[in-house]
Amino acid sequence: MSDATLSTTSFVAARPPRVTTEAFWVRAIMIGITLVFLSVFVLLPLATVFVEALRGGISAYFSALAERETFLAIELTLLVAATSVPANLVFGLAASWAIAKFEFRGKSFLITLIDLPFSVSPVTSGLIYVILFGAQGYFGHFLKSAGVQIIFAVPGIVLATMFVTFPFVARELIPIMQEQGKRDEEAALSLGASGLRTFFRVTLPNVKWALLYGVLLCNARAMGEFGAVSVVSGHIRGHTNTMPLQVEILYNDYNYAGAFAVASLLALLALITLGLKSLLQWRFAGELAANRRH
Amino acid sequence: MTRRRRLRSLFAALAIAALPLSGPASADTTLLNVSYDPTRELYKAIDAAFAADWKAKTGETVTIEQSHGGSGAQARAVIDGLPADVVTLGLEADIDAIADKTKKIPADWKKRLPNDSAPYTSTIVFLVRKGNPKGIKDWDDLVKPGVQVVTANPKTSGGARWNYLAAWGYANAKFGGDQAKVKDFVTNLYRNVPVLDSGARGSTTTFAQRGIGDVLIAWENEAFLALNELGADKFAMVVPSISIKAVPPVAVVDGNVDERGTRKVAEAYLQFLYSDAGQKIIARSFYRPANPKAADPADLQRFPSLQLVSIDDPEFGGWAKVQPMHFADGGVFDQIYRPSN
Amino acid sequence: MQSRAAPAWKRPSIIPGFGLTLGFTLTYLGLIVLIPLGGLILRSSALGFSGFWALATDPRTLAALKVSFGLSFIAAAINAVFGLIAAWVLVRYRFPGQKLLDAFIDLPFALPTAVAGIALTAIYAPNGWLGQYLEPLGLKIAYTPNGILVALIFIGLPFIVRTLQPVMEDLDVETEEAAATLGARRRHTMFRVILPALLPALLTGFALALARAVGEYGSVIFIAGNMPYVSEIAPLLIVMKLQEFNYAAATVIATVMLAISFVLLLVINLLQAWSRKRLGHV
Repeated sequence: MSDATLSTTSFVAARPPRVTTEAFWVRAIMIGITLVFLSVFVLLPLATVFVEALRGGISAYFSALAERETFLAIELTLLVAATSVPANLVFGLAASWAIAKFEFRGKSFLITLIDLPFSVSPVTSGLIYVILFGAQGYFGHFLKSAGVQIIFAVPGIVLATMFVTFPFVARELIPIMQEQGKRDEEAALSLGASGLRTFFRVTLPNVKWALLYGVLLCNARAMGEFGAVSVVSGHIRGHTNTMPLQVEILYNDYNYAGAFAVASLLALLALITLGLKSLLQWRFAGELAANRRH
Repeated sequence: MTRRRRLRSLFAALAIAALPLSGPASADTTLLNVSYDPTRELYKAIDAAFAADWKAKTGETVTIEQSHGGSGAQARAVIDGLPADVVTLGLEADIDAIADKTKKIPADWKKRLPNDSAPYTSTIVFLVRKGNPKGIKDWDDLVKPGVQVVTANPKTSGGARWNYLAAWGYANAKFGGDQAKVKDFVTNLYRNVPVLDSGARGSTTTFAQRGIGDVLIAWENEAFLALNELGADKFAMVVPSISIKAVPPVAVVDGNVDERGTRKVAEAYLQFLYSDAGQKIIARSFYRPANPKAADPADLQRFPSLQLVSIDDPEFGGWAKVQPMHFADGGVFDQIYRPSN
Repeated sequence: MQSRAAPAWKRPSIIPGFGLTLGFTLTYLGLIVLIPLGGLILRSSALGFSGFWALATDPRTLAALKVSFGLSFIAAAINAVFGLIAAWVLVRYRFPGQKLLDAFIDLPFALPTAVAGIALTAIYAPNGWLGQYLEPLGLKIAYTPNGILVALIFIGLPFIVRTLQPVMEDLDVETEEAAATLGARRRHTMFRVILPALLPALLTGFALALARAVGEYGSVIFIAGNMPYVSEIAPLLIVMKLQEFNYAAATVIATVMLAISFVLLLVINLLQAWSRKRLGHV
């Protein structure tokens, strides 16, 4: 693909053949368009978060984060992630085992069902739990008499988050495990390993990067979910506000510095997620579903 | 072997992390105050002062959690199970609804605290842009074509209902009680409303930040706050000729406090609002104190004097009559408000 | 040797754990996803067809759906154009900072929607970074449908680019070389050879971006004016109805949106099947 003569142009590693690339000016324009478009639509919002957060200075930034309600919101966000991510992790493993290692009818239908939460609006994701567990909901009466609070309390938030992050781990694992097939497992079993042993010693190591990738995405979404949680939360300051909700509250309280301070933490989380994601993709591209899908 | 152990300890760590630690970790008392939309700043100050006061008096630490939203929406949330210890809502009909539907508040709750359980009152004024380009002086200017009026949704907001009733009160005085003409007037006013927010604070945001509308009908305290926080150089307050005495009452939610064992603190919390210290904070936060003598005279001077109608006037007949007639499903507001296409 | 007979719909296997994992999968799926969604459908059907229809065709609801879908469509279309260019540039060209830029494509995917919402509002508000220059030019962005459009472009971008990139990488250079040897100019080759090969992936990305944009809430509500009939999106209308405790209307709007999302999902799946047939991969 590369020319016999190496180009001396500084930033082009090897000049591609002239017939399968565009003229220089075309390339320049297209790169220019891309840079402008991405800068305006992607980089600028990211920069804004940090600039606005630090507008009042470093000490103001940290005191905004140390405020009681904000601190509790951070705590709640971590709690929600710590419950919904492992739950969906276990589910993802179970589902991909069932789907990838066995042949049965209705498999693609099952996969479609697992993908359902992706096509549901976040607001609807919260609404469905209000319909079930709200006081006017189907189980409302029963819950009231049992003294159990789901809507307007933490369990509702956890449920809504579990719904929106439901497919993330499974989606990463299923294509990889399908591609890897069952040979390794069958070999292990024929050598006398038990099912569990096979799972932990053979399957898991094979998919560890895809698993990590899925957990990463799941976690990012779990911590950042807004719409679904907003519907079920009740917005009780210091009690049922996650970080994204706290951002909204601070914003509506005219406390822009505080709102952006919390937002910057979430943006930081996003950057870390991006970084780890890219790292995994660059190093373990062959073991990830992302490069197979779409 | 080591991998299995590692995995086991990982699961253990996750399980421990998943133990519920909702709410503040301390075993001290917490109160939930479910309030209406604009009182965020007021209760921030009150809560801090009360907590200090309570600690000094009893040595106990109390933490007050706040929830804010449109008064009607908040009332429905409490009915739906939001575990409020006290409710400090925008109008008595909302507290009556809680008493009625859940029986967690006795029907005679109003008499339990002074001034019909209202430690502060307010009224309804206009907020316009600096320079008042549309020349808004009174209610009549709000029905003129081409004027965009911002107000909140009476279905969810308490302030919005007071706004509606203030307009109604004005029209009633203007047209000498001719109900058809009054209804026409209010209809024309709502025809000029481009968007209804769910709460008073939301409509302030829409007007002040989103730059929508020519005039905001707002709680007096909200107007003052907007001038203070968002710039007196950007907005101006216009006081209409007639407005309404807006009474936002407070109540302990007996059912919840008895269950949670927080009755003593909750009652003390509401009493604090009537204390000298509380009344001072109230006046400073732009609310009209029930006991003006306890407040700082400088704070009191800021309040304009207006001619006020009251919810108990004959044209209204009290909330028991007004709420179902105007604001229930299919009521007068529903007949009036057709969002313009 | 297994003595118990495997179910008729499953091929026999020596691997254990099918019953356990499938059972757990179905239970979890049922509890978290299917039953709640079923509750939604049940609640809307409780209204009866005429009741449902009346609420679904309420002018304000229709307006909100139109705003949501119309603007999502435009945003996805804009993303299709610029995303195509961006994907091509990232795959085919070499320039400094390329890998970094490529990593940032996923930012809208990773950034919480509320954060995106306030950031975009800060940029495009009349006193914002860009807004202060655009307003005097007459280009109002924040608090108008334009603002919604900007937010939807932001969140839809990665879908197009990430769908196109693998396909572009797999493009056979030989096809382009063949076209060149047959006398086609580069432009001709791009539009007649490359673009058609990318079309299925482009459409898939478009549909994904569209589906995501339609349901978007967090990044839109800060920058939209939220004015009924003008800049009120359907998810916001659901929240407003919920706050009025009008569960019936909220349920109906949500069900309508769900139905349309399913149609979109179906279209996406069909597109992917078509492109698999056509090109051997998605």
